[in-house]
Amino acid sequence: MAKRAAPEINAGSMADIAFLLLIFFLVTTTMDVDTGITRKLPPPVENKNENVDVKDRNVLKILINSHDLLLVNGKPGNVDNLATKVKDFMAIHLNNSAYPEVQEKMIPELGKKVLMTKGIVSLKNDRGTSYEMYIKVQNELARAFNEMKDEQSLKFYGLKYDQLVDDKKIKLINKLVPVRVSEAEPENVGGQ
Amino acid sequence: MAKFKTDKGKGSPAINTSSLPDIIFMLLFFFMVTTTMRENTLLVRVKLPEATEVQKLEKKSLVSYIYIGEPTNQTLYGTNSRIQLNDSYATVGDIQEFVAKERQARNEADRKLLTTSLKVDINTKMGVVTDVKQELRKASALKINYSTRKVLRK
Repeated sequence: MAKRAAPEINAGSMADIAFLLLIFFLVTTTMDVDTGITRKLPPPVENKNENVDVKDRNVLKILINSHDLLLVNGKPGNVDNLATKVKDFMAIHLNNSAYPEVQEKMIPELGKKVLMTKGIVSLKNDRGTSYEMYIKVQNELARAFNEMKDEQSLKFYGLKYDQLVDDKKIKLINKLVPVRVSEAEPENVGGQ
Repeated sequence: MAKFKTDKGKGSPAINTSSLPDIIFMLLFFFMVTTTMRENTLLVRVKLPEATEVQKLEKKSLVSYIYIGEPTNQTLYGTNSRIQLNDSYATVGDIQEFVAKERQARNEADRKLLTTSLKVDINTKMGVVTDVKQELRKASALKINYSTRKVLRK
């Protein structure tokens, strides 16, 4: 018996099938990129009585109370100018007792000593502080440090920090501008 | 006798649709590749805060998520902020176990790089968040990321 030619498959409904699948994936797709502020927590304290002594002038104390109000070094503050304050505090002021101490530090990559501030930003919040306010403050701190990194990066490489590609360069800038934000051990001050 | 042309059967020619499946398939593949299925069903309402200085979370497989916010079903679970780990509500005490399990699920080289992403609602009080952070410190999961939406600086 002669071989019958295979009948041609009707491909007319192919589009419909593909459409159906397409719509399924369109509906289930979520294309959110996770973004956020990355921070490193301090390792757990073993000895609670062991306190690191830091000179008072070296610390910028930021307090947020349960009504989301700011206290910056004893004075009422504002979120909008917090970044400028932090930058001013962390800048190098020689022989000025109102600002943190300055020390010379050897940077092997540069092969010379560089003036670095001993300043630390200390952030303390109440249990009743809203998360929104906390993130606002964290964001302003991040902005201050990012701007300082940009300045250093522009000075050395003529590029902004986030445009640097070389790992060595990024490491050097991070060494020159360490993100010195300390978060105090939690305390319940103002009540919930 | 004059002949008249009739308009019959002279409509616009049919568009060739034979390449339509190809076009649709192309779109289909695009969406198939970009799709990430939601891993957890959210039991808490999370409206993320806004920030300008954000970084992207690099490897999604190395991130474990902790959700904190008001329960979606408030008639059943009340309005107090709750913690969600995986697919169920949890308490602060469960976090160390959660971190240990997340570590177990990754291979040894990746364990150090594990990041904990905190997806916290903006109206949450810091008390809960602080407790969670303390537990994470105890579990020595020190890399954290406060999940925020990126907005441009005004």
